Amino acid sequence: MMGELPYLAVVALIGIGLYITLFKKNLIKLAMGITLIEAGVNLFLISLAFRAGENMAAPVFTLQLLGDKTYSLPTPHALTLTSIVIGVATTALLLAFIMQVYRKHGITSTEDLRRLKG
Amino acid sequence: MSFYDSFIETAPALLVAIPLLIAFMTPIMSKISSNLRKVWNILGIIIVAAVMLVLGFEVLSGGGAVSSVYVFGGREGTLFPLPGGNVARITFYVDGMSAFMGLLMTVVAFGSLIYSLSFMKRYTGLDKYYTLLFLMLAANLGMVFTGDLFNLFVWFEISAVAICALTAYRTERGESFEGAIKYLVYSTIAGLLLLFSIGILYGQYGHLNIVYLSKAIGGHSEMLVMDKLVLGILVTVFALKAGSVPMHMATTDAYSEAPAPITAMMVTASQAGLYALFRSVFTMYGANIQITQATVNTAGWVVVILGIMAMFVGVTMALVQKDIKRLMAYCAISQTGFMLLGVGVGMAVYNTPEFLEFGRIAMSGGIFHIFNDAIYMGLLFMTAGAIIYKTGTRDLNKMGGLGRDMWLTAIFFIIGALAISGIPPMNGFSSKLLMYESVFKFSPVIGAIAMLVSLLTLAIFVKVFYSAFMGPRNKDMKRGEVPTTMLLGMALLGSVILVFSLFPGLVVRTLVDPAVNALTGVEGTTGTSLTLFTGEGSWNAIVLVAAFAVALVVSLLIRSLGHRGTTPKGEGAKPYLFGNPTEIDGKPLTVTGSNLYWGFTKALSRYYRPTEGAHSGLLNEYIFYLIAALVIVMAVMVFL
Repeated sequence: MMGELPYLAVVALIGIGLYITLFKKNLIKLAMGITLIEAGVNLFLISLAFRAGENMAAPVFTLQLLGDKTYSLPTPHALTLTSIVIGVATTALLLAFIMQVYRKHGITSTEDLRRLKG
Repeated sequence: MSFYDSFIETAPALLVAIPLLIAFMTPIMSKISSNLRKVWNILGIIIVAAVMLVLGFEVLSGGGAVSSVYVFGGREGTLFPLPGGNVARITFYVDGMSAFMGLLMTVVAFGSLIYSLSFMKRYTGLDKYYTLLFLMLAANLGMVFTGDLFNLFVWFEISAVAICALTAYRTERGESFEGAIKYLVYSTIAGLLLLFSIGILYGQYGHLNIVYLSKAIGGHSEMLVMDKLVLGILVTVFALKAGSVPMHMATTDAYSEAPAPITAMMVTASQAGLYALFRSVFTMYGANIQITQATVNTAGWVVVILGIMAMFVGVTMALVQKDIKRLMAYCAISQTGFMLLGVGVGMAVYNTPEFLEFGRIAMSGGIFHIFNDAIYMGLLFMTAGAIIYKTGTRDLNKMGGLGRDMWLTAIFFIIGALAISGIPPMNGFSSKLLMYESVFKFSPVIGAIAMLVSLLTLAIFVKVFYSAFMGPRNKDMKRGEVPTTMLLGMALLGSVILVFSLFPGLVVRTLVDPAVNALTGVEGTTGTSLTLFTGEGSWNAIVLVAAFAVALVVSLLIRSLGHRGTTPKGEGAKPYLFGNPTEIDGKPLTVTGSNLYWGFTKALSRYYRPTEGAHSGLLNEYIFYLIAALVIVMAVMVFL
């Protein structure tokens, strides 16, 4: 049961994030929703790292001294780190755009961001 | 190992490294002088093009098999053995399909860069513009060379970030921010879905290398449900990147708001999405086809249906647009549909007898169309940019009479418009001909829809030509052509179109066949040097051009026999408009572009009202379409 807990958190994070992006009109909230989905996916990747087994190659962190037979693969850590960096870049860009539309046109809601339609 | 061999081995890495170096050195060069920056950028794109040409020649002359493998962080012999005995390094593979995509991206980037030199002159912050341009080129090339799924995700995101930053480059327009936000939100969510599916694959097989995964996916006695789900996510995500309906909304917004040369490059970025889609279906899921055949064929049907929707919705929405860039953006969406259709038919009959009968020809049509589309769409967006540059308006109803001053641009526009509408002898006709006949054999109804869409495309470009280039000269407008470098950029793409138009057989044999071989592993001959074989018949552009030239000479001869210098007098000198008044209140009667097809759109108002309503501009609704499409595609992949 404890092993599944991270995956439940993943589902919850992605679910909440999707709910926000689908139903919240505020642009900042939209950005927060995307960040939540991102957190969920990152948590998913990092949870995948923990495997049962012993004496595997290049474990990043091991609890085997304490008698725990799990080890952690290095690749998902690298992936998650990369994906966090990419996430920071996209979030920063998105927030910069949101700031600009607010400053220049006073727009805070997706309702007003509809000049491009049809 | 000779110098040439080691050059070919490192070329894929160089093709990403050189644009990145040029990109991030550009601000430094710009600090010294703006002329140095120009020289640096032009030199850079020439070097990239040269490396790509050499690599492309090597790969394509080898028949499309993987000819260049670059392993980051060590050669094959020094690899660290991990459990399973497989390499855990990022690997770049270049086969026929990758080289094909790389070549078209470089050509379009070359044209765009030259075009930008004077097109962007009036803006500040150009060092950032060129930095982002090269960053986008590096990301697009990386996306088509990489053999590692996570690396693919990284390039996907870099490409999206560069595109969004460039879309919002012209900060004086509020709409450009809107387009950028929509595209960024869309591509970020798509990227996260992609990452999620990569996570599932990694969790299952412990690997990210596409070649390794292809063995692992086909390694069971039957397909796993999880793998089918992952394929559903991949198809949706890459269809979004390609701009397929119903996930096309943000793509059209970004296309219409980005500066024209950037839009031309964005078309190739979307095609990198197509590439990733075909690569994941054929290479990753099609390697062990006996086991995965049902899934691949289902994915083919999904792609065909996505293609039909993109073709039809794109072209009908383009018909009612007033904004010239937005109109062309919708046309680009509808052309994406053709590529999805052609390759989708190949997928749907993959590994069946029909594949040899018509599936492979449909695929070569679809893949040939990728190159054609990148070139003529790039050219058309550039002519639209030239028109906007000159008139300062994007509204077709406010333009007119530009053909009198901008006759060179008008010629380029005609070349592009004939090519996109598939009029013989242009290259668009060659690729569409390959698709019409083979798709007709696959399903007559779909073949008919494809032809209808081509006709409507022609109608759209007649409307644009009529509104922009014909009519009386606009008195407020400055005289003369657009600057020379803009014409040069257009001339580069225009001449590629003409070469492709005259020698379709040669192009298909040297460029397209290796790409199709690389994807499917099925050898085939669709062309000789001059004649293109379509399965049913053959098509030779030279013969048509020669016949046309003879007819032209004959008609000119006949014309020269007539009287000279007759001018109409009296009633004959007056304009005739089918008996209608030609003047209203002393002003000449004109039909504006958006009213040209009034009767047609009025008759179809039952279709147009909900469709235009669906393009509501509301970001939340767009995300809903994406999620709905994802759920449907995943359900189809699992249950069918």
